[in-house]
Parts: sequence; C-alpha cells; structure tokens
Amino acid sequence: MNTHKKHPSFLSKLNTISKKRLSGDSAFKTIVMLIACNIFLILGLMIFKIVQSSWLSIQTYGINFLWGTTWQPFPPNPNAPPSFGALPLIWGTLITSSIALFLGVPISLGISLALSEFAPKSFNYVISFFVELLAAIPSVIYGLWGILVLIPFLQNNVYPQLQTVLGFLPFFQGTIRGSSVLTGGIILAIMIIPTVSAISRDVFAAVPNSQREAIIALGATRWEKARIVMSYGRSGVIGAIMLGLGRAVGETMAVTMVIGNSFNMFTSLFEPSSTLASIVANEFTEASSPPVYISALMEVGLILFALAIVVNASARLIIWRSTRNVKEVEMF
Amino acid sequence: MSYKIEIQSLSAWFGSKQVLQDITMKIKENVVTAIIGPSGCGKTTLIRCLNRMHELTPRAKITGRVLLDREDIYGENVDPVTVRRRIGMVFQKPNPFPMMSIYDNTAAGLKLNGVADKHKLDEIVEKSLRAAHLWDEVKLELGKSGASLSGGQQQRLCIARALAIEPEVILMDEPTSALDPTAAAKIEQLIRVLAEDYTVIIVTHNMQQAARVSDFTAFLYLGRLVEYGSTKDIFENPRSELTEKYITGEFG
Amino acid sequence: MTLLAYAALIIALIPLASILIETISRGLSAMSFSLLFEEIPPLGQLGGGIGPAIEGTLIIVALASIIGIPIGVFSGIYLAEFRQSHIASVARFLNDVLTNVPSIVLGIFGWALIVVVIGWSVIAGAVALAIMMIPIVTRTTEEAIKLVPMTIREAAIALGVPRWKTTLTVVLSSAKKGIATGILLAVARISGETAPLLLTILGSRFWFSGFTQPTAALPLAIFNFSQSPFRTVDLPRAWGASLILIFIVLTINIIVRYATREKYG
Repeated sequence: MNTHKKHPSFLSKLNTISKKRLSGDSAFKTIVMLIACNIFLILGLMIFKIVQSSWLSIQTYGINFLWGTTWQPFPPNPNAPPSFGALPLIWGTLITSSIALFLGVPISLGISLALSEFAPKSFNYVISFFVELLAAIPSVIYGLWGILVLIPFLQNNVYPQLQTVLGFLPFFQGTIRGSSVLTGGIILAIMIIPTVSAISRDVFAAVPNSQREAIIALGATRWEKARIVMSYGRSGVIGAIMLGLGRAVGETMAVTMVIGNSFNMFTSLFEPSSTLASIVANEFTEASSPPVYISALMEVGLILFALAIVVNASARLIIWRSTRNVKEVEMF
Repeated sequence: MSYKIEIQSLSAWFGSKQVLQDITMKIKENVVTAIIGPSGCGKTTLIRCLNRMHELTPRAKITGRVLLDREDIYGENVDPVTVRRRIGMVFQKPNPFPMMSIYDNTAAGLKLNGVADKHKLDEIVEKSLRAAHLWDEVKLELGKSGASLSGGQQQRLCIARALAIEPEVILMDEPTSALDPTAAAKIEQLIRVLAEDYTVIIVTHNMQQAARVSDFTAFLYLGRLVEYGSTKDIFENPRSELTEKYITGEFG
Repeated sequence: MTLLAYAALIIALIPLASILIETISRGLSAMSFSLLFEEIPPLGQLGGGIGPAIEGTLIIVALASIIGIPIGVFSGIYLAEFRQSHIASVARFLNDVLTNVPSIVLGIFGWALIVVVIGWSVIAGAVALAIMMIPIVTRTTEEAIKLVPMTIREAAIALGVPRWKTTLTVVLSSAKKGIATGILLAVARISGETAPLLLTILGSRFWFSGFTQPTAALPLAIFNFSQSPFRTVDLPRAWGASLILIFIVLTINIIVRYATREKYG
C-alpha cells in the first residue's frame, strides 16, 4: 500500500475533513428520547383517565367514600340513590396483606438466609431457580389451585383445628368458610415469597464478608452469624418487605378467586370478604348501569393505584438508602 | 519529508483538572514517533486528542490546535467522524468485536461505513491482514470468532481492522503492554514496516521499546513536553536533566 | 436454627410442587385433540374445547409485543446511552413506578381509554398488556446495554463510526442476548395476566373475529371456567387450559434461565 500521496481510493470521498453534517447523533438522541418519554405519556394519561372516570363518584360521595360501609348499586328501596363506600375494601386489602406479610416474611427470610449463609453455592442456584419459578406462575392458576386444592385442604385439615386452638380470639370465631379472608392472606403469602426472598438474598449478599469473618472470629454459631447479617441488612430487608406488601396490595386474580367476594367489615378471618382489587375484578363487567356504579369502581381503582404507588415508592427509597449505606461502610 | 501532524499549544482538561499543558510539536510523515513518560504524564490523553477521542469523556475539554496536513482537526465545521477515518487507533488491550468473525472484524470499519461490495471487501480484508502480518495464520479460518485468537493475534487483528479503512496516521496506545514478549516482538517488527506507508505514533511506558522501534521520541512529564527529538538524540544525548533521569530509570 | 431455615425452604416449595403436580395431572387427564382445536361451548355443555382461547392469547400477546418491544427497547437504549440527562433519571424512576402498578389498574386504564371509544376489543387488551410490557423491556434493555464494555464502543468510534451508528450496530449486537432474554421474560409475564384482559377483551367463545371485537384468551377462560356452577364439566377445561398456559410460561422461563446460567466452577 502506497500512501505517499493522498491516494485516491474508493473511500477518498471520506478522506478530506468535511464540514460537520447535520448531526446524525443529535437526531438519534432526539428520537430515542421521544420514545423514552412514552412513560410520561402513559402515566399521565393513566392518572388523567382514571380520575376522569372516577369523577362522577368523587363528586357524588366526596370524601365519605373512603369510610363508607355500604355498597348498593341497586338499593332495595327504588327511591333511594345508590350508595358506595370503600372502607370494607380497604379493610380487606389491609388484613389480607398483613396476613401475607405475617406468614410470608418469616418464610422468605428463612429462605434467603438459608441461601446466603447456610447452603452451598450449587444448591443455591437450583433452589433460587425453583423459588423464581413460583413467581412465574400466573395468578389465575394460583387461584384455580386455591379453589380446588388449597381451600379443601385448609377447610378440612387446618381451619377447624385453628378454631379449636385459637377460637377464643374474635378473629377465629364464627362459621368456617373455605373462601375467606384467611385463605386470601395465605395465598398472598405464597405469592410474595419469591419477591421478598430474592431481594433479601441480595441484601444479605451485599453484607461485606468482613462482618461475617469478624463475628466468626469471636466464636459465633452460624445462627448468630445470620443474626448479624440480618441486622446489618435490616433496612434493606424492610424495603424488601414493603415491596412484598406492594405486591400483595395489588394482587388481583388469586385473591378474587378465594376470598369469597362479599362486602362486609369482617371481624373473623373465616368470613368471606373483598379487597379493593377483587371487587373491581368481580363486578366490573356486570356494572353497566347506573353510571355512578362504574364510576365508583373506578374510584376504587384509583385508591388502589395511589396505595400501590405510595407503598412501592417508599419501599424503593428504603432499599436504595440501605444498599447505599452498606457500600459506604464497606470503605472503612 | 513534511510534517503530517502539527500540534500547536494543545492543552487538555478532564473537568477542572488540567492534564496537558501547552504542547507544541511537529510530527513527521512516515516515521515512527514514540511518546514516553511516567504514569500519569498525559501521554494517553495526548494521542486521544489526536483522533478526537478525548472529547468522548464527559467534561473533557481542549484548547489549541492540531493540524493534519495543515487543516485544524478541531476547526469550526469539522466532523470528528471524518478525522477518525484518517487517523486510526489501536488500543492497549486488544479489543476485537467478540461477536464478529475475523473477516467481519477486519471489514468492520468498511461495512459500518456503508461498503457492501463483496469483492472489494474480500480484497481489502486480505490486504489488511497481510499488512498486519496475520494473513498466513488465519487465512483458512476467516469465519472463526475474533475472540478465539491469542492475545498477540487479536492485537494484530485490531491493527488490520484499523488499516482496512486506509488511514494516513496510526495511533497506538501501549499496543504491546498486554502481550507476552514473543507477541510483543512481532508487533514491534510490524510497526517498523508500517512506517513505510503510514505515520505511526506510539505511546509506550517501555523505554527499550521506544528505543528499538521509533525514529523520533517525545518525553512528557506531568502534562508538559519536556523534550522532543530524534530517538538517537533523546537516548544518547538528552538535553534536559529530567529526561536523563527518566531514561536512566531514576524514576517512573 | 439452620433447620428452621431449611424448613422455610421446604414450606415454600410445597405449594410450588402441589400447583405443578395438580396442574399437570388434572390438565393431562383433560387433554385431547378436541380440547385444543374446538370452539368453547357454553358453560355446562359437554364437548368442544378451548381453541379460541389459545388463539386469542397468541394474537393478543403478539400484538402487545409488536407495540411494546420497540418502544421498550428504544427507551432502554435512551436510558443507557444518555444516562446523565435529567429526563433519563425521571423516566427511569417513572418506569419503576409503572412496573408496580396493579394489573387491574392497567385493565381499568385500557377500559377507560379504548373500550369506552371502540368497545370491548382485542386492541384494548393488547394495549393494556403492552403498557405492562414496556417498563419491563425498558429496564432489561437498559441493563443489557450498560453491560457492553466501553472498549467495544471505543473500537468502533475509532474506526470513524458515528456514535449513533455504533449504538445501533455494535452495541446492540453485543447486548442482544440480554435484550432477548428480557423480552422473553416480559412475554411470558404478560401471557399469564388476567386482570388487564378482564376489563378489555370481555372474552368470547368464538374464534378471532377482528381487532375491534372481543376475543377469548387462556387466562380469562380459566377464570370463567373456575366460576362456573357446572363444575364437573367446566373444571377439567380449566385445568386443561391451565396446563397449556403453564406450559407456555414455564417453558419460556426455563429456556431463559438455562440460556443465562452462569457456570459454577
């Protein structure tokens, strides 16, 4: 190759320093940026549309919607207006989620500790795989299994015994129903396990080994080591729990299929009930009139939307702060 | 012999930290020019200024001029993309595209710039691989992944890739520091041959390599050009005491 | 104490085992050629199959993917390549928010936006699912592109390839495995979703009849069968549909996890 002169080659049109073209780079940046801004459009439209659809209900019932306890699209007295209130739904969502956390979190922590502290690495991979498989199963199949397998099992082998032992508490009194709040909580517990355990496992894995080594050098047992790891990752775990809560709050199908779908401020966990999500799933397709009926369901959806966002945003904030702190301390 | 590149009062910053101070030098055509100096002296920054790669780092800045055949590559209306087609670069750690074959790696610069004619590509790929002293070793396996080669071969592949777009200048940033001595020696041999057709500028922290391979040498220290001259002069008769100290290994 | 931890593991895996075993066994006993290819009979009526539900799921997921994948991938490219921009930070945060919106709310949105205008329809369902898909694909694409080492980009740029072309060719090509797995996982996810469809496609017993018409889908069919009073007739269909759905979803998941396994050594 001879380049002693500016050689003509088929690339020569490129071989002079040319004027800056209308930059492909800035066109590219603009195009992908606009596409990425879809998120603003989607969220904005979503909030707008849902509020718009709820507006009739908001106007009609005002703030009382939040603590109303009646749900009558077609009141028995034809002259009375329909009335809607969300308190039993909020109550139902709250209680089922609490049960989910109460049962699901210890199991999740057990799993994540087992995986990060006790188990050999290869085991870790296989088990994580199966736990993640739990997460991949569609909600409606959980529901189907819930109706046909879980409920009969609980009704025959667990609930009666539970009532025998704990029947002095108001939560475990009354007629035992298979489709009930407790079943809803149990199925939610199973569904949040993958989320909470996966994040907790990451949090524990982020705990620097220097901490573990220090406590072992002091003669600690494996369990004591685990406790140190847990306390170190405490805020991260709280974040994981809150994410699980977020999942539980928003979960629709499985709960709808096992909770019995009645509208009441229940006191016993064996009673059927509804959640914010389940009532929408159940009644929406039938709610063609009056217009305020659909609007009320929309407002329920709005409350759910707001609740889910608040829980999840707080969760992410906590997780973010905790992993940041772990890194800072590690530097010393 | 003319000056291929003229650097005039070049200063460079990363944010508020100044890395090059007022460098002025003229680089001759068709010779090998080495840039030496201790770690952190700015030699990598200097060559990255020559093909406008320095500005890719956020908050990077330069002042001064760099003339390629008397045209300032930092001029008002200059598209850095065209500069980089005339001034090619080989990096310290060989970086062939891992998902491409040897053939595609070599042809990458051409294909990505719109050349599609299979014959032309075949021709240039062979020419470039020969010029990089790699053809005989890979000619039967052009379809193999670029990453399947040894370190030294990968580096020669990167050189072939750079040669394929027919640049006029080749910048090399410590091209052999990640290679074993045998592979390094092959590259050094190659560099001497390349100078016949290209202007080669090589950054190296290995002084013996600079002495072996280059015709001219520039010594940088803390962002300043301390001394610049023929390699013979720099190594046998350095004018600056600092240069002498570095050459004799007192620091760096 | 380690015993407790292992006990937790077992407790968690029991439901998984039970779901899989029940679905497979009950689903298999309901499986037949006609199940796969015949129309859905009214509740309680013998015969027929769930063919339209399978078809419906395939069509809706395909349409949702056509909408969601390009938007997700290019959004991910933006977030990865222009990370410092303020818009990118806010967009990233909002993407996370959208990931956590309950699926029933997406259904509500699909209804309020589209069903109100053109009625119960495939399009409404596909849009709701696309909205579910977009943040997932955006996030996984962003992560995949971030993993592409600087050295690859620099190599291309040093060859005089403009920045945008480098991204679209060399960087994307390097990240394609990660992007593909993200897409597959998102597809598996939306295939199984019921709530967004509940409020948008209405469901149907018949084969696909147009994008602006209601249609059947597997998750929705499972739900409807499960609510039927005619248990002996409809529950086997529900299990059959569940088997097919779980098969699709788990196969995709297993393929993805197999393809992205890290070798322990």
